[in-house]
Amino acid sequence: MNLLHFLAENRMQVLELFLEHLWMVGASTLLAVIIGIPLGIMIAHWPAWNKPVLAGANIIQTIPSLALFGFLLPVPWLGDRAERLAILALALYALLPLIRNTYTGIRGVDPAVVEAARGMGLTERQLLFKVELPLASSVILSGLRIAVVISVGLATIAAAIGAGGLGELIFRGLAMVNNQLILAGAIPAAALALVADFGLGWLERRLRHR
Amino acid sequence: MGQNRGAAIEFRDVSFVLPDGHVVLSHFDLDIRRGETLVLLGRSGSGKTTTLKLVNRLLAPTSGSVYVDGAVPAHGKDLLRLRRRIGYVIQEVGLFPHFTVEKNIGLVPAIEGWPQDRIRPRIQQMLQLVGLDSGLADRYPHQLSGGQRQRVGVARALAADPEILLMDEPFGALDPLTRDELQREFLSLQQRLCKTVLFVTHDLNEALRLGSRIALMEAGKLVTLLSPEEFLRSEDALVSAYVRAFGAGLDAAAQRRVQ
Repeated sequence: MNLLHFLAENRMQVLELFLEHLWMVGASTLLAVIIGIPLGIMIAHWPAWNKPVLAGANIIQTIPSLALFGFLLPVPWLGDRAERLAILALALYALLPLIRNTYTGIRGVDPAVVEAARGMGLTERQLLFKVELPLASSVILSGLRIAVVISVGLATIAAAIGAGGLGELIFRGLAMVNNQLILAGAIPAAALALVADFGLGWLERRLRHR
Repeated sequence: MGQNRGAAIEFRDVSFVLPDGHVVLSHFDLDIRRGETLVLLGRSGSGKTTTLKLVNRLLAPTSGSVYVDGAVPAHGKDLLRLRRRIGYVIQEVGLFPHFTVEKNIGLVPAIEGWPQDRIRPRIQQMLQLVGLDSGLADRYPHQLSGGQRQRVGVARALAADPEILLMDEPFGALDPLTRDELQREFLSLQQRLCKTVLFVTHDLNEALRLGSRIALMEAGKLVTLLSPEEFLRSEDALVSAYVRAFGAGLDAAAQRRVQ
């Protein structure tokens, strides 16, 4: 039985796992964006917070993923459903590139532009939304791209705690020493990562300011 | 309240000290008259730029008061209103790279709530005023030459029709030909508009050519305040040192203006 044959025969199951995977990556990325970008904006404007926030995000990044899933398992509401837990863990990993790139992007805005904007009488809010964020957008997006690609890969490991996704095929294949099963999980995951990388990369180039 | 009714900007015993204790400006007094071009001349680090930023409150004085139109601007809304009434032109220009020329010029009128049908003609008028082709309106700053960019900078500063214009070495980064052109245009523009201009430069030629009065600064203090004619004849040690330093470099245009 070759791989294409297998995929054709099990397309509904593979599709379901693919959608689970997509949901975990999408939800966790959204959560990371909601937390990470404001944190990045904050540390770009209050440098005193810079070190502790980046250090925190860095430490999270050093925890092995399997261990992090394990740490979070006993947490009450979170541990009830593996998928919930996986989304939070993935979001935590996605924080660092988002915070760091938002910070770098905003700090990278030409100081003369910021000074001119202030001197012209823009409010701090207008400065942020009309000047700083638009000018930082391509750098922020490149952080998002890194976060998404990491998440797609890490989400396969979430199957180990029963969160589903394409990792389930990989783990099952490993247990049964069945290469086709492994590939049936790995290839769609790799394709997803490539498509996300390419799509966000394209958007990033479009937003880059000459 | 300020004391001098004829003054657009008044500095009263203003000092500015950095957090590390470095005194940038000490006991500075100066009146800038309505409609004049007052040039702050001095070497780097003499406090010229700081003086300028105290007017639009990008910096707040450590002690003393800076009056604009007889009042010290408070905080929040007052401060923003003050800044929108003051045009600000800097050497690095600081155009918004993600906005077209048109949007750059129209930004202050837009945030001041002008209706669109008033902003568009205003932008065209401004482009014409600074000698730019109206076809440039859709361009981005990176598509312009240095001289064109600074013209847009001036147009942007004038767009909301401010009474006061602060210019911090606006022509300093331009090549000599373009600088000469922009200086000439500035003079003819100023003749028509009669704004109150506070102009920072370290270039004596520029000061003599553009200023109605020249305030020479040194180490955070006002050394002397003279007309260009008086400046060239002054016996003051620092003034004559300045004139000597330029010596043969004093250009014909500046000399002519003075004679």
